[in-house]
Amino acid sequence: MSFLQRIENADRRWVFLLMGLAVAVPIIYIGLTGKTLPEKATPLAESAFEVLDDLPSGSRILLAWDFDPASEGELGPMATSFIRQCSQKGHRMYFIALWPVGAQMIRSTTTKVIGGYYPDLEYGRDWVDLGFKAGNEAVIKTIATDFRQMFPADARGTSVSAIPMMEGIASLADFDAIVNVSAGYPGSKEWVLYAATPLKKPLVVGCTGVQAPLMYPYVPNQVRGLLGAIKGAAEYESVVNGWVREDSIRKTLVAGGMAESEAASTATTLARDPDDAGAWSETAAAASLTPESKAAVIALAAAPTPGIFLEAQRRMGPQLVAHLLMIGLIVMGNLVFFASRRRGGGR
Amino acid sequence: MKRTVPLIITATVGVVLIVSNFIPAFRAWGEEATTFFSIIAAIAFVLGGGSLLKVHLRKISDRNAGWGYSIVVLGTFFATLAVGLLKIGVTPNPAFPDMPWAGDVQARGTAFWWAYEYTFKPLTSTMFAMLAFYIASAAFRAFRAKNLEAMLLLGTAFIILLGRTFAGYWLTSWIPIDGPFSGLRIEELSVYIMQVFNTAGNRAIIIGIALGIASTSLKILMGLDRSYLGGGN
Repeated sequence: MSFLQRIENADRRWVFLLMGLAVAVPIIYIGLTGKTLPEKATPLAESAFEVLDDLPSGSRILLAWDFDPASEGELGPMATSFIRQCSQKGHRMYFIALWPVGAQMIRSTTTKVIGGYYPDLEYGRDWVDLGFKAGNEAVIKTIATDFRQMFPADARGTSVSAIPMMEGIASLADFDAIVNVSAGYPGSKEWVLYAATPLKKPLVVGCTGVQAPLMYPYVPNQVRGLLGAIKGAAEYESVVNGWVREDSIRKTLVAGGMAESEAASTATTLARDPDDAGAWSETAAAASLTPESKAAVIALAAAPTPGIFLEAQRRMGPQLVAHLLMIGLIVMGNLVFFASRRRGGGR
Repeated sequence: MKRTVPLIITATVGVVLIVSNFIPAFRAWGEEATTFFSIIAAIAFVLGGGSLLKVHLRKISDRNAGWGYSIVVLGTFFATLAVGLLKIGVTPNPAFPDMPWAGDVQARGTAFWWAYEYTFKPLTSTMFAMLAFYIASAAFRAFRAKNLEAMLLLGTAFIILLGRTFAGYWLTSWIPIDGPFSGLRIEELSVYIMQVFNTAGNRAIIIGIALGIASTSLKILMGLDRSYLGGGN
């Protein structure tokens, strides 16, 4: 039997093994070294960031988590980054779900991000979990005019009238932006059709790779920012991580007594190149700060990004090798096919 | 009667929704109809449970192929239903310590949380993850460049597959990003394909579907299309 015939008749479990290795080896390598591939944000990821960044602190953001554990690997990282950006910016977050297990997705992402990194945020004042509601797009249609009809209580059973941040929320029109992370129906398309378009609300969508091509026609008028699959998540994550570092440094500099404009430019420089922090600490501008503030700024500039906020970028490694393997398999399959056809054995 | 009443309900609700959408004075009617939809959607969960029971009990009763799996389905269905409805392992809400049923059924440590965290979550994640293996196998055996259309499709797939990874950037990083040929960089090409070719095709499909939905809806409202009632007519 020739080499090509062996390849043609190979047990498909060899392909499974190759795919297993293509995913496992990069995961282990990235886990051991902590290295991630560089990401350059596309305009879609940048505009997703800007929609939330342009709103003033304290804006009301509705976050609809319409996904389940099956797609958590693809959508979980962007969900955590959305919460991180809103938390850092000081937006008020209202979580809802149109998928039954979306409620658990809300719980796991808020526990990880708010519980782990923003413990000062108070439940009921800074964020609220309104849980799952059955009814698919009918829920969106109803809350477009009467929010409390669908959500009379939060996920913990507390009446919304007893939740301070629910004051002034009568309908979807009272929110400043909508963020939807979606794995299918009901999801992004329904939020476009029944909320973003009729109410003219800024909508940011994070969706699976399968859904992304279906959402492009709504960009940029009905969908202001679109994150497609783990690639979109990695781009957005890198933008948010850079901004959070810069914002944290800026706040520390301002708290240390530096003027806002100078703090902003210094924060941008230090966040972009943390190695400059040592040289910066010797400058006249740094001398005006207290030693504690200076040390805090240097620590913030050099601090590693927590692993939870690198999940999407880490997953780009396995995706790279898996995609290369797919291309290799397609090329190999075609080579075998055309070779066997030349021999007269092709179908 | 069995078919006339559903037909009248469908036509009435459909007309109310259309009228409320175009005439602001009737908007409240549309909201009422939508509320009914939400109530029916909640009731559908009960009907779904009943249907599940019917199908699997029949399968067990008839000893059809795979009837053992039906026992597993019904067993897990009732177990999950019991831990959720009876709130097994739920601690009372701190705000209402005297009311044991006021606790959060999804809180960490409850039986429902345990079933979700250690059964549902790993099983669904595993099912989805297995797709990668089957897609790889299909890539090897099915994607053949037999004609021009297939070649175009494969070429586009390669650009998108590479463009969604660092390989796309690395392979064409020698093309100056500010130069006249920057559009030939793979990451730029993949964005162009998605935003121009894909958007154009999808918009055409969406408009076509919308027109199709409008005409089908009209047929349903007028009682010309009764297939949704079942019965083969």
